[in-house]
Amino acid sequence: MASLVGSRVERKEDTRFLQGKGRYTADINIANQTYAVFVRSPHARAKIKSVDTSKALKSSGVVGVLTGKEIAEDKIGGLIAGWAIRSEDGSEMKVPANPPLAKDIANFVGEPIAVVFAETLDEAKEGAEKVKVDYKVLKAVVDPAEAMKSDAIHDGVEKNLCYDWLLGDRKAVDEAFAKADKIIKVDLINNRLVPNAMEPRACVVDYNIASEEITLYTTSQNPHLSRLVMSAFGGVAPENKLRVVAPDVGGGFGSKINVYNEEIVCSWASKKIERPIKWVAERTESFLTDTHGRDHVTHAELAVTNDGKFLGFKNETIANLGAYARVFGTVTPTYLFGPCATGVYVIPAAYSNVKAVYTNTAPVDAYRGAGRPEATYTIERLVEKAAMELGMDKTEIRMKNFPTQFPFKQTLVHTVDSGDYVAGLEKAKQMADYAGFESRRKQSEANGKLRGIGVSSYFEACGIAPSAAVMSLGCGVGLWESAEVRFNPTGQISVFTGAHSHGQSHDTTFAQIAADELGVPMENIDVVHGDTDKGTFGMGTYGSRSLTVGGIAIVNACKKIVAKGKRVAAKMLEVNEDEIEFKDGEFVALKSNKKKTIGEVAFACYLPGQRDEMKSPIPEGDEPGLIESSFFDPANFSFPAGSHICEVEIDPDTGNVKVEKYTAVDDFGRIVNPMIVEGQVHGGIAQGIGQALHENTQYDETGQLMTASYMDYTMPRADNFPEFNLGFTCTHATSNPLGVKGCGEAGAIASPPTVMNAVIDALGGQEISMPATAEKVWKACKSMKKSNAKAA
Amino acid sequence: MTKVTLEVNGKKVSKEVPDHTLLSVFLRDNLNLTGTHVGCDTSQCGACVVHVNGKSIKSCSTLAADVEGSKVTTIEGLAKDGKLHPMQAAFKKTHGLQCGYCTPGMVMSAVDLLQTKKNPSDQEIREWLEGNICRCTGYQNIVAAVKEAATKM
Repeated sequence: MASLVGSRVERKEDTRFLQGKGRYTADINIANQTYAVFVRSPHARAKIKSVDTSKALKSSGVVGVLTGKEIAEDKIGGLIAGWAIRSEDGSEMKVPANPPLAKDIANFVGEPIAVVFAETLDEAKEGAEKVKVDYKVLKAVVDPAEAMKSDAIHDGVEKNLCYDWLLGDRKAVDEAFAKADKIIKVDLINNRLVPNAMEPRACVVDYNIASEEITLYTTSQNPHLSRLVMSAFGGVAPENKLRVVAPDVGGGFGSKINVYNEEIVCSWASKKIERPIKWVAERTESFLTDTHGRDHVTHAELAVTNDGKFLGFKNETIANLGAYARVFGTVTPTYLFGPCATGVYVIPAAYSNVKAVYTNTAPVDAYRGAGRPEATYTIERLVEKAAMELGMDKTEIRMKNFPTQFPFKQTLVHTVDSGDYVAGLEKAKQMADYAGFESRRKQSEANGKLRGIGVSSYFEACGIAPSAAVMSLGCGVGLWESAEVRFNPTGQISVFTGAHSHGQSHDTTFAQIAADELGVPMENIDVVHGDTDKGTFGMGTYGSRSLTVGGIAIVNACKKIVAKGKRVAAKMLEVNEDEIEFKDGEFVALKSNKKKTIGEVAFACYLPGQRDEMKSPIPEGDEPGLIESSFFDPANFSFPAGSHICEVEIDPDTGNVKVEKYTAVDDFGRIVNPMIVEGQVHGGIAQGIGQALHENTQYDETGQLMTASYMDYTMPRADNFPEFNLGFTCTHATSNPLGVKGCGEAGAIASPPTVMNAVIDALGGQEISMPATAEKVWKACKSMKKSNAKAA
Repeated sequence: MTKVTLEVNGKKVSKEVPDHTLLSVFLRDNLNLTGTHVGCDTSQCGACVVHVNGKSIKSCSTLAADVEGSKVTTIEGLAKDGKLHPMQAAFKKTHGLQCGYCTPGMVMSAVDLLQTKKNPSDQEIREWLEGNICRCTGYQNIVAAVKEAATKM
């Protein structure tokens, strides 16, 4: 039987999505449901003096109004930060309380203050307008670079500083810098982004009066974690009385990891008003309250020798957490950022120092790549600038500092198990026709255009799991993944996974893996996820972990099924277990060549014995049934890597930047479905180009979000991109039996520096910040002309 | 309240709805045709695209009453006799969708493109789809899907 792993199998989930049969949270309606509308703070920072709900309660159709007072009285807990980070001085990070409904103070525009439930959505909206909140407006802290000098937003958080974290050795770095021929310096802003999954957040809650069970349908990347957090920290209901279902989810990109205020409030309120509740965010609500990404202010330096050897690296970053620390908020700018900031290079001495600050803006958390795009941007801007200042070829300087031996003990934290960085960059150069660039540059010049080329080499640590590693780094829980493989008596198989697909194609790839392991057609396999009542506990999907952790749990559970099947088949065929071979879905007795299919064995496991036959096929010591589960906790992260090359052409008259060519060569280890992997890379590159050229989240000085709709926030469109040219190299991961590394975030990690390096190359080395909009580039072109004129 | 009568996916429907009911709301809430999605409320993202009398429109910014008497086709009405429309089949073949949320609008918009222009160039496809935002695919396989469908339609 041909292996399905490695094949371009069309997706199982497409049949429903393409016919409008997907079932997203907002598609769910429950008889007798009420509609929720939240009253949100219009101010970035304001004391809440009073909340008057009397008029709203009398409004037509209004069923109930609840505020921060009631939720506090019911002792419902708030939102949590998942990782504890210690400062350089050993002190614990400072985390303020984050109540689901603000009672005394609002800390960002959009923070929920009260909620109105009504018979129709229109009535709920009208009711919400009648809730009168008396505010005392305070001066907002908006700019992260100024936050430490501003008024403290939260009691007990001096200088608005959550932590002042250090990874690495300052002394060693100082010594390395003292030996350097040249110090390369960059000041960077990693622009704040809104993840913007196309499906706005939503929840539908159904409280069953008889069983006292709450069912929450929600747009989550990790329904089991949501239930755990809502139960353990929110106190909404015991876990056995809380069912969380994340049905089809329309994209996440990190923004649907967190348990949000609305889910906690609606779950708690459904029990209180004894009615089902539906809440669906409008796009502007999503802009205001979804967790945002990036938002770093960085000064970094690279110590180099004249012949281009890297000696030392330092990174001083201020990371904006927004108003509150959320699940991955504190780890994203530390352990997901700092260790990767030395990039794919041998750098003997390095440190990363990060000061995470609170501001009166929406909370910042993981967004596709989470910390690793910021890290890659930092080192790859430095490396490119070093090549420019040393007059070296930008690929040569990279090759010169790549490790060539694996495992590679990276300067900070990670031991990278496998890779071949030279092969990746060589292949990218060839595919991009790197050698032919100068003639293309001349051609553009002849047309009055500026052409630039940019390179970026990256690695990342993903497959976020290894419990021992993440817990030593401050994670609140271990991060394994679970699977259960249930062979039904008549031969169909249900594979339950704790991972969650919101675009990642698990229905297909996980079925491919299980089909190979069990030797059955993948049509016989259903992948089940997203419902705490169906699968065992799971950690969900983020950090490119579904396949590298969740997929392996499936493989291991399948192996247990085969192991038991062997014992049963041996008894059925009256031979010893070691005389049975399992191949292509059949258990074969080697000597007699008698066989039983896995389907026959499964049937026998459930319906042991036949009439007139006294023997049971179930061996002594085994139980009936054919269900196996597995929890996989890998020994290490996985480390995808690659090199990307981009060419841009700038029209100096308009400042418009056109991405002419984009080449990506990635090493994701073994690839299960190349078609799906390519799709993941395309999407990641597009988001990264979005960051580099188009997207920016702009607050004004009072903390009002100026970019709160698609009319103001530039989402990349189809005509912003060329056709991406993808290639792959392959070194297997050694931390899991499939040798897979994860591919979901790589594109978004590698592409911002690749594009910016190209833009800056076109501008003759003139620094420019992301996003390189036409306006900024036009101004840079003008000042370039001026300095050229002066030089002449 | 206004009585709105339409022919939706070949079936005549008639409902009494508030005057300000949007076509997207009419389809989703009154007819339970939840394949038409709403992604932005400001007619930017195109997840809500349906056909009215054969032409693509954004149903989130169209009043149901305004298209009284029209023939409306939604994503649910595209496949015939259990067989995917060539555009749907092409999206599947080229992996033109990931999370599936923008897909219904994207497919409806792309079908209208091929009705308007038989063999569009890559650039023409990209420009036509300017009003449909996808966050997952980077658009590359969507463009491939439209080209694939153009060979079949």
